[in-house]
Amino acid sequence: MKIAVCIKRVPDSEIRVAVAADGKSLDEAAVKFGLNPYDEFAVEEALRRREHAGAGEVVALSVGPAAVQETLRSVLAMGADRALLLQVAALPADAWIVARALADALAGEHCDLILFGKLAIDDYNQQVGPMVAELLGVPCVTAVSALDLEGEQAVAQREIEGGIEVCRFPLPAVLTVDKGLNEPRYPTLKGIMAAKRKPLEVRPVELPAGGIEVLGLRLPSPRRPGRIVEGPGAVAELVRLLREEAKVL
Amino acid sequence: MPFEGVDFYGIDALLTEEERAVRDAVRTWVDNRVMPIIAQHYLDGRFPAHLVPEMGELGVFGANLPVEFGCAGLNNVAYGLIMQELERGDSGLRSFASVQGALVMYPIHEFGSEPQRRRWLPELARGRVIGCFGLTEADHGSDPAGLTTTARPAGDGWVLNGGKMWITNGSSAQIAIIWAKTGRLEEPDSIRGFIVPTDAPGFSARDQKGKLSLRASDTSELVLDNVPVGPDALLPGSRGLKAPLKCLTAARFGIAWGSVGAAMACYDEALRYAQTRVMFGKPIGGFQLQQARLVEMLTEITKAQLLALHLGRLKDGGTVTPQQVSLAKRNNVQIATDIAREARRLLGANGILAEYQAMRHLANLESVYTYEGTHDIHTLILGEDITGLDAFQ
Repeated sequence: MKIAVCIKRVPDSEIRVAVAADGKSLDEAAVKFGLNPYDEFAVEEALRRREHAGAGEVVALSVGPAAVQETLRSVLAMGADRALLLQVAALPADAWIVARALADALAGEHCDLILFGKLAIDDYNQQVGPMVAELLGVPCVTAVSALDLEGEQAVAQREIEGGIEVCRFPLPAVLTVDKGLNEPRYPTLKGIMAAKRKPLEVRPVELPAGGIEVLGLRLPSPRRPGRIVEGPGAVAELVRLLREEAKVL
Repeated sequence: MPFEGVDFYGIDALLTEEERAVRDAVRTWVDNRVMPIIAQHYLDGRFPAHLVPEMGELGVFGANLPVEFGCAGLNNVAYGLIMQELERGDSGLRSFASVQGALVMYPIHEFGSEPQRRRWLPELARGRVIGCFGLTEADHGSDPAGLTTTARPAGDGWVLNGGKMWITNGSSAQIAIIWAKTGRLEEPDSIRGFIVPTDAPGFSARDQKGKLSLRASDTSELVLDNVPVGPDALLPGSRGLKAPLKCLTAARFGIAWGSVGAAMACYDEALRYAQTRVMFGKPIGGFQLQQARLVEMLTEITKAQLLALHLGRLKDGGTVTPQQVSLAKRNNVQIATDIAREARRLLGANGILAEYQAMRHLANLESVYTYEGTHDIHTLILGEDITGLDAFQ
């Protein structure tokens, strides 16, 4: 079984981000980057499928600047067999451009499964996976939280509002995966050492800007500080404030 | 908030991508698996034994030993960074890894026969077998040459008699590396190392009770009462006191790094507290006295980081001397202890609670200050090295 995992390098979700001087990009020096958390589920699932099958290959792909090599190396440390970086100076904001680049690279790989995280936590677009499926002409199931493979067929579960949807589809297919699918492993120290010797191909590509331009990037406005109401009349005063100022009652 | 480390001098740039990856892997593991439980284990006086298989899986035990024995095959800087991150969690956890790696796996690799290496190292690396190191005795701590445990030939094997004290992992270990004299008690050159199964007849381990330090770590007293071992128990390459001393040098190297981790944890906690704790109408970090504390901590951490890193590069280059290791162990544990105490004080009354880390680290570091060569013994090692005059006796 051959599985491709498409990953993205994103800012660490637990670190406060800073906007660069141009007002429309992140200050990369002030931000720590890592593997998109939803992509961890995709990598883990690919590794488990390969281990379960006892044979096969897991290929990690990404589009982005040279620094993404470190992220791909961490996926190799988790256990992927090889990696391919479609290297660009900067990632285009238009998902269509990224999807086309990935689909071009994937067309020659002939994978049984192509996995994505259900979204990238930096832009929340949820577009690249479905677009790649469309470009390759294969089925796409998004936000998969359970997966069964039965030969050339597969059954996936998706958590939808108030319930679970179960769908069947043929392979090859593109899946975007959700948390709950598995528990991603830690890269082991031996894995980190082994990753050094695994192939990581860097393929420079020229991509058009596409149809979307980011005009600005702003941090949310800071929350106003709370106020403590004290004294014997506190309850009445609090109710009055909630009704008249906060207008929540 | 996850731990982000302390790096005022851009020291990260001096590490390779692989060294950083190793450090980050252990850091994340400590954040997720150690930090949520360590305070309770400390209060309960219980080593978190359930983490041992995970540490084995991760590959932290004997990580600088070769891949052919199931180890990670890392360089010594990466090994040091592992110790730093483990001790950022708790000195007890780092102590476990130090004993397993530097005091059990290292001597088996260094002084053991090929069959001994093949039999024990892969199991020790996975954490399926736990080891301990028996050198110190109740009356021979800083003076190991005087140890009184004996090994006498019996049949084709040996019989061991004696007692060992302050043995980390003593009551949880399946094997003990026991150092004993095969000749007269006046002959430290007759000291040899033995791999002793802890279920051998006559071997017993008793937990040392009442510890106010390293509470999340097992410390035991070992008694060897006519313990018979086979000929394959002897580490054939171990001859004289210098064999266990080489083990101690390997462990001290890890401590020089580990103590920096404890110091970073305390500084990180103190800085966050100082920025948010309001007194007299502003965060206490805005007062000169607390700023002086924090700046002093940061300065000493930065110096200690550079010391540890260069020591690691020397070790990887093959030129490091035991005295250079002594200098780093002596300095870094000293400054870590001072930083933990200052952090404890900055935290005010909260600083005495287990909910915060500083006092746990402070109490732990008092042991680290004393074990693996006390601070004073390292002073004498260095004093002898620079003057050529022995001040031990």
